[in-house]
Amino acid sequence: MSHHLLEAIQLCHRYADGTEALRGLDFCIHHGESVALVGANGAGKSTLLQHLNGTLLPTSGAVKVGEVTVCKETLRDIRRTVGMVFQDPDDQLFMSTVFEDVAFGPRNLGLPAADVALRVQQALARVEIGHLAHKPPFRLSGGEKRRAAIATVLSMSPDVLVLDEPSAGLDPRSRRQLIGLLKEFRHTKLIATHDLDLVLDLCDRTLVMHQGKLMADGPTREIFADAALLEACHLEKPFSMQGCPVCGRT
Amino acid sequence: MANFGDHLRELGALDRLASMDSAIHRLDPRAKVLVTLFYILLVASFGRYEVSGLLPFALFPVIQGTLGEVPWGLVGKRVLMVLPFALVLGILNPFLDHSTVLIGSWSLSAGWLSFVSILLRFALCVGASVILIATTSMDGVCMALERLGLPRVFTIQIALLYRYVFVLLEETLRITRAREMRANGRPLVLAEYGSLAGSLFLRTWERARRVHIAMLSRGFEGEFHGARPPVFRLKDGVYLLGWGAVLILLRLVNLPHLLESLLKGVAS
Repeated sequence: MSHHLLEAIQLCHRYADGTEALRGLDFCIHHGESVALVGANGAGKSTLLQHLNGTLLPTSGAVKVGEVTVCKETLRDIRRTVGMVFQDPDDQLFMSTVFEDVAFGPRNLGLPAADVALRVQQALARVEIGHLAHKPPFRLSGGEKRRAAIATVLSMSPDVLVLDEPSAGLDPRSRRQLIGLLKEFRHTKLIATHDLDLVLDLCDRTLVMHQGKLMADGPTREIFADAALLEACHLEKPFSMQGCPVCGRT
Repeated sequence: MANFGDHLRELGALDRLASMDSAIHRLDPRAKVLVTLFYILLVASFGRYEVSGLLPFALFPVIQGTLGEVPWGLVGKRVLMVLPFALVLGILNPFLDHSTVLIGSWSLSAGWLSFVSILLRFALCVGASVILIATTSMDGVCMALERLGLPRVFTIQIALLYRYVFVLLEETLRITRAREMRANGRPLVLAEYGSLAGSLFLRTWERARRVHIAMLSRGFEGEFHGARPPVFRLKDGVYLLGWGAVLILLRLVNLPHLLESLLKGVAS
């Protein structure tokens, strides 16, 4: 049984105030795929992400991770399998040191202390911040916080990585380094972002959401070349696919 | 507002110190917490007019701070920050208490004496606490309190509060800055204060919700599995008993008085 599959079947979500945030989404992400989720503000991306590890449960329809349907009974397994990296690292780093934070997940899995230490060490080495292990999170720079947040998820050895706006608030160099880092990960990935150039670098496939519906699902380059679709979904072509601002050539 | 940001950075200074390494840092947090609590208890136990007996108690923070390489400026600043509370508590004493106390051949106003005594106690206790945190870290203190029997729910509250006080202060900084930019120098009125506090509360609430989701996402099921506590070694025991004995001795014997009578004895 592969845990690496991520599937939404007629997924709908209606908030308590009556807002229909998701209106019948269908998609399947396969083992090792790196998929982007793009859409304007309020398109329903965050709501969708929260369904993938059971923070929100569907009003109707279902989410499946591997063969397991996300529901109250399977949450424990789902949360180990699906690693969620939040948009704001300050939400994700709540312990007093980076080490403690990265150890939080493995300790909750009930692993012995030696295994926890090993996992923390490996996760920190993976994102190249081993030297920051004993620093308090609020002392880190934006880029370091982002790496630490990713490490907290890696230490759980997830099969699927879900990232919400991973490049938000990063300087160009940190952003470039992050892209390099994510490229090396062999996990199944779903990346929700407004950074369409990052999508071009990292994802072969893109899902486009608009007003709670899936408007397109296909190869990234084809989708970004479809001007009418982008216009209808309040999106713009990535900079690298736009014409030169001086001579207009692409 | 630069002041506010400075305070924020200073708050973080304690954590930087706590991550250093010294003989005091290496001691078991439990030993340090116990000695400091005992110290505070003894300092508080003196009579209201006591000043001379309190003076030798400065020995503990001085030795602890020196061995722990805590900068005195930082301790001084913290003590000054808390001193206004002591001032408020004690300021009425000189006006309400008009009796006089004889010290040797001098007669002093009892009100002023008790006022000085309150200030001194405050300074000693706050100083010792600051040095404890600067050599142990908030985390260590929480862990020690938990190992000493304080329910986990309290220690976790303290640890999370300490973690998020920075985030909360930063948020406050942003809100007040945004207001100031458009206030055109007008001071904060009560009505505005209400909506500022309200929006700060809502933001905090949202943040708490997101943090909780983050915890759930990593398998949190209501129980914190902390790091394994350090082992209580012989030197921790020696430290605990040693300071315990010295502090009891200082409490029982008024060192300045003893010195005075000794000197008098020598002189006569």
